[in-house]
Amino acid sequence: MSRIEQTFRDLKKKGRKALIPYIMAGDPSLDATKKFVIDLERAGADIIELGVPFSDPLADGPTIQRASERALQHGTTLKKVLALVKEIRRQSEIPLILMTYYNPVFKYGTGAFVKKAVSAGVDGMIIPDLIPDEAEDFIRLARQHRLDTIFLLAPTSTRERISRVAKASTGFIYYVSITGITGAKLSVGKSMKNRLDSIKSVTKKPVAAGFGISNPEEASKVAKLADGVIIGSAIVKLISQGKSIKNFIKAVRKAV
Amino acid sequence: MNKKSDKVPDSKGHFGQYGGRFVPETLMPALIELEKAYRKYRKNKDFLQELKILQKDFVGRPTPLYFAGNLSEYLGGPKIYLKREDLCHTGAHKINNAIAQALLARRMGKTRLIAETGAGQHGVATATGAALAGLECEIYMGSEDIRRQALNVFRMKLLGAKVTEVTLGSKTLKDAINEALRDWTTNVRNTHYVLGTVFGPHPYPVMVRDFQSIIGIEAREQIMKAENRLPDCLIACVGGGSNSIGLFHAFLKDNIRMIGVEAGGHGIKSGKHAARFAGGSLGIFQGCKSYLLQDRDGNVLGTHSVSAGLDYASVGPEHCYLRDLRKIEYTYATDREALRAFELLSKIEGIIPALESAHAITEAVKVASSMNKKSIIIVNLSGRGDKDVQEVARIKGIRL
Repeated sequence: MSRIEQTFRDLKKKGRKALIPYIMAGDPSLDATKKFVIDLERAGADIIELGVPFSDPLADGPTIQRASERALQHGTTLKKVLALVKEIRRQSEIPLILMTYYNPVFKYGTGAFVKKAVSAGVDGMIIPDLIPDEAEDFIRLARQHRLDTIFLLAPTSTRERISRVAKASTGFIYYVSITGITGAKLSVGKSMKNRLDSIKSVTKKPVAAGFGISNPEEASKVAKLADGVIIGSAIVKLISQGKSIKNFIKAVRKAV
Repeated sequence: MNKKSDKVPDSKGHFGQYGGRFVPETLMPALIELEKAYRKYRKNKDFLQELKILQKDFVGRPTPLYFAGNLSEYLGGPKIYLKREDLCHTGAHKINNAIAQALLARRMGKTRLIAETGAGQHGVATATGAALAGLECEIYMGSEDIRRQALNVFRMKLLGAKVTEVTLGSKTLKDAINEALRDWTTNVRNTHYVLGTVFGPHPYPVMVRDFQSIIGIEAREQIMKAENRLPDCLIACVGGGSNSIGLFHAFLKDNIRMIGVEAGGHGIKSGKHAARFAGGSLGIFQGCKSYLLQDRDGNVLGTHSVSAGLDYASVGPEHCYLRDLRKIEYTYATDREALRAFELLSKIEGIIPALESAHAITEAVKVASSMNKKSIIIVNLSGRGDKDVQEVARIKGIRL
């Protein structure tokens, strides 16, 4: 069982939901990112998503686009993020997921990347522009080396897409809680519940929801419907303003 | 992923190892819906009839195949014919695709069109299609391009479109595409994205090619009528690659030399160009796998060309496939060469070409010297140069 699966299983036993914060690696620096990871873990995060900056982040809203630009300006690359994970592993065993677009992985060499990521201590991958239909090689390599492949579902997903994505995903399934990009406005309502129910009717795998969840109130509402709550833009914004993220995460932890 | 199939592209839009669908999951249902609708309507008599009438009465098709006698004589070699896409309504071949997609979107029950634009030609064509089809329209354009193409911005507004400035990233065409994709991801239920070239996720590369293939179908008939034989060489410029594939496609089985001309900018060594085949490598960008100008970490590089329509970091996947099969050769023309061809054609034929098309003219001049007088070349004159006059004056240091 992977570290991510184990985390969801342990939480379920305790009747709790996973809190999954996202931060952009290298914004404002890789050293800072390392410190944030430790802070987030201490403040109650269960799993951490590290964003890898890319020149053309087409699934991201302005907050993460700007963070990505800053991280690139500071020379952050996929290679350096892998080295960072290796360093974090000296201090922390918290499950780590990299979120990156496909081209940096493809350019690195999918096979070489998967091996290197696992040996550095990466537990799972989220690649928003890689759908299962195009991921045959990636999935095969990831299974071979025990790297979780977390694919996304959206409010627009049809039954056919839900089964395909559920089958291809390991660790958990990422439910995109809005029809839109990261950081956009969320509405938690009946339709979200219906959609999560229809995913749950197809698979027993955990489902974590993200995109647009920006405060403890929203996190609390989403936590009632999903197995985990992913928060990105709200944290990235605090970091960009030089504000502390510990108190925010503690508040969200309480709410989830 | 690279399963062998007789059909090209395969059911998922792969041209050999190129193409496919690399998009957020949110867009997948829309792409599948679009593919189904396209498959249905491309054989639907009503749709084809409606399109045919508009191509004739609104766009002005068929466009002439013009024997460029002065240019042919000046070069002293082969007979050069120009396929006059510059005479299309709105000034370029872009309208062929935009009108067809607007009609398709209306039949799919969409109420809103969005599009990206670099120089503004595709934006103007889409705004025109939206006005014609009675649809709402929003065009994304980088702030750099808005500054350079103020006239086209105003044209789009006159046509009723909203023009939205993109201020992030490099503030040019690729960033406009990112923003259009983000809009589509958000408003996918009522919105159709009119992608302007043979690029992006399946079915766009196939669909746009089919809507542009009328260029070659007409040219084939026209040259048979004029010369009673097929040409020896076809030449077109390649940005995303829609005007070139539009001309070439009807001739693919004929064993004719075909040359695609990319933007060489300041030269390949300078790094300031958009020659993806000469300077790029395999990558995944904005929806498909293709040749891409990228750094060693997989980030997309900035590009440069005097012609905004060729100034893009990647190229249509079918072009990569046809290049591997050696059906099409690819070369490039530099900014300087294109500017020279721009002036040459203006003076000698009385036709001011778009700077994009001037890249193709450059190549015609180059190959003409190695061909005899009986040979025939067709050059796709993809657009007219009115939009470029101001920029060329600026480059020449002339104040208007």
